Amino acid sequence: MKALCWHGKNDIRYDTVPDPKIEHPRDAIVKTTSCAICGSDLHLYDHFIPGMEHGDIMGHEFMGEVVEVGSENKKLKVGDRIVVPFTIICGECDQCKRGNFSVCERTNRRKDLGDKAFGHATAGLFGYSHLTGGYAGGQAEYVRVPFADATHVKVPSTLTDEQVLFLGDIFPTGWQAAVQCDIQPTDTVAIWGAGPVGQFCVRSAVLLGAKQVVMIDNVPERLLMAEAGGAITINFDNESVIERLNELTQGKGPEKCIDAVGLESHATRSIDAVYDRVKQATMMESDRPHVLREMIYVCRPAGVLSIPGVYGGLVDKIPMGALMNKALTVRTGQTHVNRWTDDLLRRIEEGQIDPSFVITHTVGLDQGPEMYQTFRDKLDNCIKVVLKP
Amino acid sequence: MNYLEHASTPRQSSLAPSDKLARGLGFYSLGLGLVELLAPRAMTRALGMEGSENLVRAYGAREIASGIGVLSDNPVPALWSRVAGDALDLATLATALSDDNPKKGNVKIAMAVVLATALVDVMAAKSSTALHVRPRRMPIVDYSDRTGFPKPAEAMRGAAKDFETPPDMRADIGTGQRLEPMQRDLVSRTPANTDPVGQPPAMNNQVGL
Repeated sequence: MKALCWHGKNDIRYDTVPDPKIEHPRDAIVKTTSCAICGSDLHLYDHFIPGMEHGDIMGHEFMGEVVEVGSENKKLKVGDRIVVPFTIICGECDQCKRGNFSVCERTNRRKDLGDKAFGHATAGLFGYSHLTGGYAGGQAEYVRVPFADATHVKVPSTLTDEQVLFLGDIFPTGWQAAVQCDIQPTDTVAIWGAGPVGQFCVRSAVLLGAKQVVMIDNVPERLLMAEAGGAITINFDNESVIERLNELTQGKGPEKCIDAVGLESHATRSIDAVYDRVKQATMMESDRPHVLREMIYVCRPAGVLSIPGVYGGLVDKIPMGALMNKALTVRTGQTHVNRWTDDLLRRIEEGQIDPSFVITHTVGLDQGPEMYQTFRDKLDNCIKVVLKP
Repeated sequence: MNYLEHASTPRQSSLAPSDKLARGLGFYSLGLGLVELLAPRAMTRALGMEGSENLVRAYGAREIASGIGVLSDNPVPALWSRVAGDALDLATLATALSDDNPKKGNVKIAMAVVLATALVDVMAAKSSTALHVRPRRMPIVDYSDRTGFPKPAEAMRGAAKDFETPPDMRADIGTGQRLEPMQRDLVSRTPANTDPVGQPPAMNNQVGL
């Protein structure tokens, strides 16, 4: 079969690889009908996440048709149409029972690596390094889904792929980011990063009733899309984020802040961004945490920082004094996808939201390698790429 | 929906030839920089520029900085810095072209090498800029109709009011009895951190699943 494989920094190739097989009775094999490039795939593309190996199949946003099921998998049958959550879950461990699916205790088959990197391993993820299990990803014609009897969302045929594909990651990720803020009708929610997750953060915060939603970025077309979703926008190339946020909140700062950027922030005109660039390039720091610093600084005391943006390792110069003294609550984590999907699928079916709004490019899987570059470099007004194997 | 105009023909790899060239230049920069930094006397002797060792060391540090930049995730500025560095190298070498320099021939060879390298640097910088840098006057597609909602966004504010934040994600854990939005005006009339009977509230760590 064909798949997009990682071959080193900035080197994604359209390769021929062996077809996947059932390896465990709970498995299923899915024929991919649609998959997508996620912003967090770019951290692998830029090689900021350790633990990738040559030939690893990329991708963790995908859906398709079940073509084979393992003998113990009683929940799925051949022909089922499913979206596959990016977090692989057993559904039975203590964390899964609590709904903390992204830290499932059983699905990371490279627990040894996860333990070394993070102290305790997190769940297995598709196509996201060997720290999270080294599972083959979904940017491929076929995918083996481990623990498939728990790791799936059945979707009705009445909805298109484009409407449901993002249930596997970015929609619940944006939703969880907003939910973690515990949004109240009086809240101003400031969101950094108008990429796909940021766009879903905006819609989620609006649906959950925030008084004001503010989007911070410097990419004009992305700000336009955020504005369409109900956000007040701040282009940090043109105005001061801190001054504008204070102006919008009578000098008190936003109650809730969401970092939808993660480890590769591009705040080109700030001193700390230059500092991070130098430290990252010289391998003295793995992540560029400009957004974290700014959120801590602008957030209203006793506010909440929600961090869906992916961080991979070590950061520097985090203003812990401000974080502690302002009594800020920090909520973060990979998304507990299955915790939200039933509710979000219902909202899609009821027409409350149509997630396909975010798609700007739909191309064949063979165009994946160049789309990684187009998406990374923000060329061609690219916001979200869907690939059709 | 397909707005793809940038890409025309499928590429086998996302790594373009210009990226590979840039990477090669990055390693070349690191190598040359190390030599200049660690063995400046060998270079000044070969070029008849004795006494300029500290200058060569400084140029070595510059080369290393350029090399690190070229090998980073944003190589374009560092590639252009290499071009500027080439110009500086040529200007410095030109000062050693005096007739009393017995190594004048070596200087000419060095200048030819730097010139050739400069051409490669310009080529790499221009092609990387074209490939990776977002044009300043790039036409912007108007996504202002991409609401994702069936109605204008303002009409959708609070449409998910049926959703209840799970207890483990509430912002007021341990700070008081949770009130529904319509009860919020009561908060101002209730002493902080007390429940209606005046007792501190119990922590609720149960996950409602």
